[in-house]
Amino acid sequence: MKFDTPAGTNPIDTMAVVGRAHDRIDGPLKTSGTAPYAYEHHDVAANQAYGYVVGAAVAKGRIRALDTAAAKAAPGVIAVVTAADAGKLGKGKYNTVKLFGGPEVDHYHQAIALVVAETFEQARAAAALVRVDYARTAGRFDLDTALKTAPLTGGDSAEGSGAPPVDRTGQFEQAFAAAPVKLDQHYITPDHSHAMMEPFASLATWEGDSLTVWTSNQMIDWGRGDLATTLGMPKEKVRLISPYVGGGFGGKLFLRADAVLAALGARAAGRPVKVALTRPQMANNATHRPATRQRIRIGATPDGTITAIAHESGSGDQPGGGPETAVNQTKLLYAGKNRLTAMRLAVLDLPEGNAMRAPGEAPGMMALEIAIDEMAEQLKLDPIEFRIRNDTMVDPEKPERRFSERQLVRCLREGAQRFGWSRRSATPAQARDGRWLVGMGVASAFRNHINYPSGARVRLGRDGRVTVETDMTDIGTGSYTIIAQTAAEMMGVPMEQVTVKLGDSAFPVSAGSGGQFGAANATAGVYAACVKLREAVAQRVGVNSADARFSGGKVVSGNRTVPLTAAAAQGELTGEDKIEYGGLDKTWQLSTFGAHFVEVGVDAYTGAARLRRMLAVCAAGRIINPKSARSQVIGAMTMGVGSALMEELAVDTRFGLFINHDLATYEVPVHADIPHQDVVFLDEADDKANPMKAKGVGELGLCGVGAAVANAIYNATGVRVRDYPVTLDKHLSGLPALV
Amino acid sequence: MRSFTYERATDAVAAARAVAQRPGAKLLAGGTNLLDLMKLEIETPTHLVDVQDLGFDTIEKTSEGGLCIGALVTNTDLAADARVRRDYGVLSRAILAGASGQLRNKASTAGNLLQRTRCPYFYDTNMACNKRKPGSGCAAIGGYSRQLGVIGVSPSCIATFPGDMAVAMRVLDAVVETVDAGGQRRSIPIADFHRLWGDHPEQDTTLRPGELITAVVLPRPLGGEHFYEKVRDRASYAYALVSVAAVIQRDGSGRVAFGGVAPKPWRVEAAEALLPQGAAAVTARAFQGATPTKDNAFKLPLATRALAAVLAQAGTPAQKRG
Amino acid sequence: MSDTAGFALSRRGVLAGSAASAVAAAAPAEAALQRMPASATPTMPVRLTVNGEKRELALDPRTTLLDALREHLHLTGTKKGCDHGQCGACTVIVEGRRINSCLSLALQHEGDEITTIEGLGTPGKLHPMQAAFVKHDGYQCGYCTPGQICSAVAVLDEIKRDVPSHVQGDLTAKARFSNMELRERMSGNICRCGAYSNIAEAVADVAGERA
Repeated sequence: MKFDTPAGTNPIDTMAVVGRAHDRIDGPLKTSGTAPYAYEHHDVAANQAYGYVVGAAVAKGRIRALDTAAAKAAPGVIAVVTAADAGKLGKGKYNTVKLFGGPEVDHYHQAIALVVAETFEQARAAAALVRVDYARTAGRFDLDTALKTAPLTGGDSAEGSGAPPVDRTGQFEQAFAAAPVKLDQHYITPDHSHAMMEPFASLATWEGDSLTVWTSNQMIDWGRGDLATTLGMPKEKVRLISPYVGGGFGGKLFLRADAVLAALGARAAGRPVKVALTRPQMANNATHRPATRQRIRIGATPDGTITAIAHESGSGDQPGGGPETAVNQTKLLYAGKNRLTAMRLAVLDLPEGNAMRAPGEAPGMMALEIAIDEMAEQLKLDPIEFRIRNDTMVDPEKPERRFSERQLVRCLREGAQRFGWSRRSATPAQARDGRWLVGMGVASAFRNHINYPSGARVRLGRDGRVTVETDMTDIGTGSYTIIAQTAAEMMGVPMEQVTVKLGDSAFPVSAGSGGQFGAANATAGVYAACVKLREAVAQRVGVNSADARFSGGKVVSGNRTVPLTAAAAQGELTGEDKIEYGGLDKTWQLSTFGAHFVEVGVDAYTGAARLRRMLAVCAAGRIINPKSARSQVIGAMTMGVGSALMEELAVDTRFGLFINHDLATYEVPVHADIPHQDVVFLDEADDKANPMKAKGVGELGLCGVGAAVANAIYNATGVRVRDYPVTLDKHLSGLPALV
Repeated sequence: MRSFTYERATDAVAAARAVAQRPGAKLLAGGTNLLDLMKLEIETPTHLVDVQDLGFDTIEKTSEGGLCIGALVTNTDLAADARVRRDYGVLSRAILAGASGQLRNKASTAGNLLQRTRCPYFYDTNMACNKRKPGSGCAAIGGYSRQLGVIGVSPSCIATFPGDMAVAMRVLDAVVETVDAGGQRRSIPIADFHRLWGDHPEQDTTLRPGELITAVVLPRPLGGEHFYEKVRDRASYAYALVSVAAVIQRDGSGRVAFGGVAPKPWRVEAAEALLPQGAAAVTARAFQGATPTKDNAFKLPLATRALAAVLAQAGTPAQKRG
Repeated sequence: MSDTAGFALSRRGVLAGSAASAVAAAAPAEAALQRMPASATPTMPVRLTVNGEKRELALDPRTTLLDALREHLHLTGTKKGCDHGQCGACTVIVEGRRINSCLSLALQHEGDEITTIEGLGTPGKLHPMQAAFVKHDGYQCGYCTPGQICSAVAVLDEIKRDVPSHVQGDLTAKARFSNMELRERMSGNICRCGAYSNIAEAVADVAGERA
């Protein structure tokens, strides 16, 4: 199905199932521990052996000698695989750095060997016996140093966020120089780790030259293709199965070392092998969100009209990598005639930087939305009013392009009213509750929606059961449920009559889970397949599909009513199709908007900041399942709190690694950090987006939260911190003196 | 994790003997720290003597009016004991501020005293660490040291003792009771139990090889108000940046020890005399000679402010403190 | 940092690297001693009662309770998130108390009664806590969920048994349920998807309280 004109009325608009809150259909499995994750498929292959990954002990250099004799001789060991004996390996299209190192070592904890043994305990012990002699070479590990000579570089996250090296509209420098009110500030965001709860894990089996891998991956087709490329085999010979994914956040968008090594280990061992990265290996072996150094300049008239805005960002990555596109939102979020964005990319020998939830916007909004708060204060304007004054209904760089939907102002106003924003003191450091300095903060939320082709197959069984098959994944996003809702709505059957099968490369290729594009595109693909199935049903029962209604388990056309079971009585019917897109996203700017409101308490003694209340108001197209969509947003808000208050991969610039590489030292929020969270979705149905009229929310919920927290802390303390995370040491000296 | 053999000891002296006679043998109580370290081969015992059947799991009143806490009393049970909650609130609060409910259910009193540092360079076996491998150097010096020690550290090691419970025990003047392979008993004041690193950061405590902790004895209750102020980046389940254990009397006198700053619970008795002059006077004395790094210099003002928070609360009802 | 300084420190890194090699270098002799077929790996017997069922296993002493459950009994509902006591995904209830099964050897649990997520309820017959998690959407990816649920069940019992908490105002008062109490007590279970606010509501629902 080609989607190239705005959606008219369609069966989804019935909203008998879509748009209503549903418990997740996979809930009983997940809550009873019976949903199988990658390392848990005991039943699919007999005689599974255990692989344990050896990571490089240096960040950059060459392996002079790799002695596996002791490991091979250790009890239970079946095979030891190194890059030297793995045969020629390719590099996946989506990987910046090769996944199996040696003799060159590209980064710390890059996989350099796999030990396969009868048991996990034996494999782990033998892995420690692999002796490696490294010739360590100097590496580039310090972002600030590397940025001094880094070139301007454009880039695209492939997830709806991108910018050229330099992009200009109007005359920024002149306009900024002439502006009566100016802001020129620098902001720092550190490297972040996805830290998903399920470690990278894969189980691989070979049957002849065919490979099957049960894994934990967000993008089945990318993973399948890149595994084939890496192993130098035809894509058709590789099957990836990933029915449950224990969190990804962008870390599992790509093929990673666990899958490659499981496949190589299984080949060497001649039996199924499963491999999981250990928690301490994850931060350096896998990818991370790169740190940024950002500079923002805003010029405005005294009434608060932005006349000039510039956002520059620098980040680093391995050779061949891309920039963190932190300037993207600044191209679209606020009006202003004279604009500049620029990005620099330094080459670093730290682990590979890549997408993490809302790449680009997440760190970009952390900076921009502090800058807006600072500018509003200079202008003596309420920060909400300042944002509203600079709202735009068109792409500020290309005024002929309108936003398909843009309810930013309503989000801000609705949120302000619900949150009690009027009680906030414009002057910071005024409110106190016992030992707590109390402050409120706000930030806009913004994230683009992107179109991505997505396919599905829908079968109507003889028993009237509808089965959906697509390689779409559910990474906690609620895909199972929204796909069931879509099929139920389209085929006119109750949810209970729909089976959803996901995450298998044997199924049609979907959008996958990334860039908050999964829900809208995958359900649109299911919509397309259902249209095909409806046609098949109509043809079978001899009615015109154009005027057939599907509801209550029946097909109704004119005065004819046929039960679906009758339609399939002579044999199963199948509809398969994919959604593809024309140029609507060129004509219209498809974006999602929101507003984040936060109240914090900062301990007047210790400076520790704790959240007291949080609210997000979102406008993101039709919300397919308000229950799981709300969960996506509160989860994103939680991650935003982490980035505001505690998350930072600490770079040891001497040895070139993230030294706090476990969950005790890379702190993420715990229960005690997160108060009750409120989420409001504004009514919206975006007919320019897709037939579902839906967009994404999973990343929108993150974009801006960090700045809202930082702004609230400033409002509480009067000390502005522009260097994330806002830990107590950064404002301690500015807190009230002790009595 | 290297291979090891495993036995369950049935009496304390036999357990001590099993460890003393066998190089590479170690005692296993809750295991929450030892197993963590064994998985990384930071600890590599060849034999484990599981002491869970030894008893030592009760809290008894002593003839001096104090409490004798069995070495194997879990952190949860110790913190929940009605006498501890009433008379040694600082201890209960310190324990409850540490780790998680699950860990406190498993971790023992003795094991908590013996927990090793959480320095990230100690935890990464590719990094030089004098504590893990004597003579290899200290990668933490000049590295990421935000969590590390500001006082009592040495050119060999700047790690901290990470625990909370022991900081409270330090203000309570607890005594660690041990027995060795020969059946010899010893009482070690908590002040002498943990070592300053000096040239031997590999030795955390003054325990001798094979010596087994049987109990921790608390002297008679001190009265006064009890506080444990723990400062950390996240609200729970995190090690202290700085903590303050304090018992403050009605007249303003009291006892104070700091956690998260040194190789051992940091208490300077001479500084306590300055309590009536306020927090800054106390910490100025207690942290005299401190050698912070650029990353962790904030711990010094933070210690002052955390103590000030305690002193401000002294005299107000517990329910109002929140 | 200047390039020169970087280099000087790099050389020290070689030392660190060699130190790692040296550790391994000492090992071959020991490995040779241990050279034996896999079947000869010494095991020890252990008897556990898991979800009411008596199980007897012969295990490598290094086997954690977590791996015994997941790899030997194929009870994979208990999750391995970090294997170091830093996340709580492996939480099970042993002798009525929740613990991290990753930081316990199976051998330490001879004769113990263990309840895992599978023992609380099944998809067709959920435990009230499991059902409340579904109702309140107290999970997303589902990986930390069994640990959260085991912990939540145990937390309500801990409050009933008057186990105090860090956020309790008056230590001598009896432990009580509140939103802040719950959040503190559940803090050993990390949920990176960030379902905390919903989990608090699910547990409060079961406890008969408002979150």
